[in-house]
Amino acid sequence: MSHVIPYIAAIQEAIREEMERDDRVLYFGQNMATSPEDPFLKQFGPDRVRVTPISETAEIGIATGAAVAGYRPVVELYMAEFLLVATDQVVNEGTRFHFMSKGQVSVPMVMVAGYGFTAGWAGQHTGSIYGMFMGVPGLKVALPSTPADAKGLMTTAIRDDNPVLFFQNYLLLLDEGEVPDGEHAVPFGVADVKRAGSDLTLVATGYAVRTALGAAESLARRGVSVEVIDPRTIAPLDVDTILSSVARTGHLVLVDQATRHSSVAAVIAAEVAELGFSSLEAPISLVTALDSSIAYSKPVEEFVLPDEHKVVKAVEESLGLAPASA
Amino acid sequence: MAGGAAGDPGSGGGLDAAVAERLLETMWRIRAFEERLEPLKRSSMVLGLTHLSIGQEAVAAGVCTQLRDDEPVYSNHRANGHALAKGVDMGRLLAELMGRAEGCCRGLGGSMHVVDVAHGFLGATGVVGGNLPFAVGSALAGRLLGQDRPAVVFFGDGAAQTGIFAETLNLASLWQVPVVLVCENNGFAEFTPRSAHTRVERVSDLAAPFRVPAATVDGNDVAQVHAAFAHALALARAGSGPFLLECLTHRLSGHYVGDPGGYRAAVEDEAWRARDPIERLVRQAAAAGWFDAERSRAAEAAARDEVEAAVAFAASSPFPDLGLPAELTYAR
Amino acid sequence: MAETTYAATIAATLAAAMRADERVVVLGEDVALGGPYLTTKGLAEEFGTARVVNTPISEAAICGVAIGAAQSGLRPVVEIMFIDFIGLALDQLVNGAAKAHFMSGGQLDVPMVLRTQGGAGQRGAAQHSQSLESWLTHVPGLKVVVPSSAREVAALLPSAIADPNPVVVVESKTLYFRHETLPDEGVSPEPLGRARVVRRGDDVTIVATSKMVNEAIEAAAHLSEHGVEAEVIDPRTLVPLDLPTIAASVARTGRLVVAHEAVQHGGFGAEIAAEVQEACFYDLDAPIVRVGAPFTPVPLSPPLEDAYVPGAAEILDAVRRVLG
Repeated sequence: MSHVIPYIAAIQEAIREEMERDDRVLYFGQNMATSPEDPFLKQFGPDRVRVTPISETAEIGIATGAAVAGYRPVVELYMAEFLLVATDQVVNEGTRFHFMSKGQVSVPMVMVAGYGFTAGWAGQHTGSIYGMFMGVPGLKVALPSTPADAKGLMTTAIRDDNPVLFFQNYLLLLDEGEVPDGEHAVPFGVADVKRAGSDLTLVATGYAVRTALGAAESLARRGVSVEVIDPRTIAPLDVDTILSSVARTGHLVLVDQATRHSSVAAVIAAEVAELGFSSLEAPISLVTALDSSIAYSKPVEEFVLPDEHKVVKAVEESLGLAPASA
Repeated sequence: MAGGAAGDPGSGGGLDAAVAERLLETMWRIRAFEERLEPLKRSSMVLGLTHLSIGQEAVAAGVCTQLRDDEPVYSNHRANGHALAKGVDMGRLLAELMGRAEGCCRGLGGSMHVVDVAHGFLGATGVVGGNLPFAVGSALAGRLLGQDRPAVVFFGDGAAQTGIFAETLNLASLWQVPVVLVCENNGFAEFTPRSAHTRVERVSDLAAPFRVPAATVDGNDVAQVHAAFAHALALARAGSGPFLLECLTHRLSGHYVGDPGGYRAAVEDEAWRARDPIERLVRQAAAAGWFDAERSRAAEAAARDEVEAAVAFAASSPFPDLGLPAELTYAR
Repeated sequence: MAETTYAATIAATLAAAMRADERVVVLGEDVALGGPYLTTKGLAEEFGTARVVNTPISEAAICGVAIGAAQSGLRPVVEIMFIDFIGLALDQLVNGAAKAHFMSGGQLDVPMVLRTQGGAGQRGAAQHSQSLESWLTHVPGLKVVVPSSAREVAALLPSAIADPNPVVVVESKTLYFRHETLPDEGVSPEPLGRARVVRRGDDVTIVATSKMVNEAIEAAAHLSEHGVEAEVIDPRTLVPLDLPTIAASVARTGRLVVAHEAVQHGGFGAEIAAEVQEACFYDLDAPIVRVGAPFTPVPLSPPLEDAYVPGAAEILDAVRRVLG
């Protein structure tokens, strides 16, 4: 059995259920619980739910301290690019404690941040910067693309004994989808085949999954069978599922909302170039944002970002297909 | 709450008729511009996050109209008023907000990143508190390059809770650079009232431990803002160290156009509407015999005409060339 | 030939830049005292503390001050003592420095250099030994320079200071006191974005960065004794990356090993591998193999740290793999 709810509601549902299940789960951050009518505040009270000032560094540091002391905080950090204010806390403190203490302490906390809005949010509020955090040993990074995965990954994130960065996509927040009833946990490091296919493998992360599925649908109408894989977490990264798909299709196109240079897509390309070399029948192609800041002006913003048309073009080139007549 | 009760015109001290008229015109230009932005944003002519400063115009006007073009201003996400008061052309500002090629940043930056170097508007930044050290660096550069000019930075009360605020205040004090830090304390950080963010009553209270002189004024009384900033500016131009000027004010609109808004139920806009900075200046002017309400209506009409001309200019400007990202990601 | 070190070359290059251009200023923690690695030694004595400015421990504000100063006509060289601390200043560097030229429609330039250093090998443990340059290469608008020797410092640091963009120079702490001889006539500045072919060879291409260049040369010498000639390429700048030089080499050798000190997973080698597999797909005779550190924080204990840091032995293993 399942129910249909928006992506953002699925995330909230996971947090609420985990807070009901486990008293140690705390929830605090910016621009939340500002009114006494806030449902979380009403249900769990101000000891477990509270608003914070614009102090990302301290918010994450406080969560780290609470986690070391036995709690399981979920910190709402608003926009992903504001993580840059507090990157030291994200990667250098809590993320290191388990290792540096030889396992004496663990830091079970979840940092929630939104990314990838468009419509003129411009250079400092739109960045898809999740790739910067995948090369940080000790840190896990979840990037859900559907309401069901959003709930399942949040549940797992809260239960994980390590710091987890949970990136929610702004454009997906209101997208509705089926979410299983009852407890629903999606394991980390297990990719999901969002669409099965045999001619070419598309690997997409977060918001780009939607772009990839759209492209796969339009290619299907031309008789091209595309497999779409969503890694769901980029740390840990499930390379095996990608490799076994590429072993069947021989063709790989990567779709990433982030800028290209040193992106998640580049890491996946490097992994497959090494471990799947003998399967590949064509170069791996990367469809990403261009290497520039995100422009404010709409046509320039659209030009910079990846879209279905660009994915279709990359698939055509990889398979040596004639372009569709427009 | 600083300042007199509703209806108290304030002293009007330090102003004369000519200055008062200029402040009146500046405030009307900001008000008319931003009132027009709201429908433009709702019809998607204007993009992105549009943060309005309606109700806060006295701070932008009282500060920026006293600065020369070579005296730089750094602004924050709520930048329209600061930009207009600093001399940014209204048509080019609106073209920027519409993402057009003739925008002051060629459509690449938008409302949170307005820059106009020719008028010393070195720019808005969208990360709260992130602009504070830029002004210290600019003031340091001015001193090392032998230029006789301070730098000014606007920030909100929300920024005072960031770590970089303390770092910046410390450096400005330590190096005694001529920078004026202007706080627009509107009682809200994004969607959250100040009382939920801090127990520090006034932002200016934070200056004393750093030995930075500070003042708090009624930010809805343009005469008070003008006089207090004139004092700070004179010190800075004479090469003194930093000064923190806190202006208590109130935004009569949301955090941005189309924001949830419900969080403001607790805020009594009506009480603040009675402290409308434009109306207060008109009352002061009448009492002092500088000008009457008719003059204000004329300034409003002129401002609204200018806004319509700006809309026509901006709407007819083309969208930027798609080659711009490749051209402008790096300076050459 | 003049005997020198990497650290002394940094100090000498900064001094030369400050003599040539009054707009060049140096800011950072302890810079007026020469810094912990003596990379700013003598600068305060020659140029005074108005241009060689000690700062408090305020990485974010120091970086922001440099941005503001650069936008107002100075050419600041700011030092962040360890790259591990760059997380404290990343918002300033990414949202402030890197995007200003773009977002202002080309009005603002940010001609600043951020010097920092990374790398393990000095028992600094998990917060003072990292190689985090890959983060910075993901940020359009920043340039990233990784000098592998005193010679490269002399060639590239002046170009970084002259550049109108924010440039991050990531030095290597283990190279600072390595002795090197430079030509008496000095080293001329060389443009950013050009790789250097350090050693010629036709059998395999090894792209190595920073201190791994020396390790690659050592591995290549060993391979040569066994009849395998490796070409060693030092990209020198990661952004802009000189892909044509690397691709031309791979087109000849058909085999590529990429070596850096950072973690292999998520390290910059992935970017090079992604680019090369696309540019040289039909030239490649073997998988591209990356050499980097294991995916853990840097351990303190000497035997563990020594095992953690990759070197010539790991490069040799990788070359054997691509040679079959």
